Amino acid sequence: MAHDHDHDHSELGEMDLRVRALQTVLTQKGYIDPAALDELIDTYQTRIGPRNGAQVVAKAWADPAYRDWLLRDATAAIASLGYTGRQGEHMVAVPNTPGQHNMVVCTLCSCYPWPVLGLPPTWYKSAPYRSRAVKDPHGVLADFGVTLPAGTQVRVWDSTAEVRYLVIPMRPAGTDGWTEEQLATLVTRDSMIGTGLPASP
Amino acid sequence: MTELPDRSMDTHHPPYQSRADLGGQAGHGPVTPEAEGELFHEAWEPKALALTLAMGASGRWNIDESRSARETLPDYAQLSYYRIWVAALQRLMSERGLLQPDEIDAGRMLHPPGTVKRVLAAADVAAVLAKGSPTERPATSPARFTQGDTVRMHAGPVPHHTRLPGYVRGKRGTIERVLGAHVFADTHAQGLGEQPQWLYTVVFDGAELWGDESAPGLRVSVDAWEPYLQSGEPA
Repeated sequence: MAHDHDHDHSELGEMDLRVRALQTVLTQKGYIDPAALDELIDTYQTRIGPRNGAQVVAKAWADPAYRDWLLRDATAAIASLGYTGRQGEHMVAVPNTPGQHNMVVCTLCSCYPWPVLGLPPTWYKSAPYRSRAVKDPHGVLADFGVTLPAGTQVRVWDSTAEVRYLVIPMRPAGTDGWTEEQLATLVTRDSMIGTGLPASP
Repeated sequence: MTELPDRSMDTHHPPYQSRADLGGQAGHGPVTPEAEGELFHEAWEPKALALTLAMGASGRWNIDESRSARETLPDYAQLSYYRIWVAALQRLMSERGLLQPDEIDAGRMLHPPGTVKRVLAAADVAAVLAKGSPTERPATSPARFTQGDTVRMHAGPVPHHTRLPGYVRGKRGTIERVLGAHVFADTHAQGLGEQPQWLYTVVFDGAELWGDESAPGLRVSVDAWEPYLQSGEPA
């Protein structure tokens, strides 16, 4: 976890105090179990994150039958690896091809496939990305240092309902014979949102 | 659009205004990429996330009501996302008599508790997250549209929470996928029930949305419930 600045207990900011007060009052009122808060934080800091999605993509790269299933019924194919639930109840996988690059956004809030990618990064929830992805995706890609080959067109998926999208990037060249475990190391979070490409071997 | 009470002319209720409908807006500057492990930027943010999720499990509001509470915050544009979450959480609780503002100032309970439908226990967190809240429901009528149909999106203002972005209103698109019948966000957000409606992926050519400003070959889709759609003349 990154801190912009150090806090000591005599110098808590307004938000630190407010959130601390919320926790105290909600606990006193019996609405929350404080241990559940720790469990929730630990889950998204250590157990549910983009390495889950990387497993899905690596398996799709390595196993054509799994890829077919993933493209036909992503919810079931992803659930078979143990990734289900909150903010990923209805999944659709969208494969990149030489002719089409996919990019996922939520212009209205911050909808994101949590079971496979974890918590959305700050930029995904912020006005620059949400405003520009649907109109100037090439400009957004440039912000990430990505230029697509001429002839690759962009398809943007705005997550306006409860369907969540996972981009399946193209398997990098030079990975013949790699295991799923090796392939997964090349799959970046941004490549599964569509703002990046997989790492090169 | 939907057969709902229109409060837009009622002086006791100001017109509904979402401040979260950002698609296509100019002037927000470049995107700032982040490293993969960079989840939080302030010490209080993890707790804000956890409080929001834990209270979401209380059963006193649904996800569409919480989106509505967030997008209508007057200072939405000035707040970071976790600040939006905290402000909306306080608002949702306050509106339901679960929390009073003076209790936050005091840092302790000053008023008797309200009622919650359930308390999320630590031992249940994994199972509750893994189950989620699916929104697909049995269809009660046949889908009006099928893959390949041309549709015209509802044009004009919507006087309540909606998931129809401004940038596609009045635009012509093509049905790409029929996604099943799903809880209708517009009614669900107003406490009017799930009223499941057919949901479709509708894809638009960039030029239909942005004219000459569109990148060549750009296509953009939204997921849209049937009440947002009218039959459109084919291209």
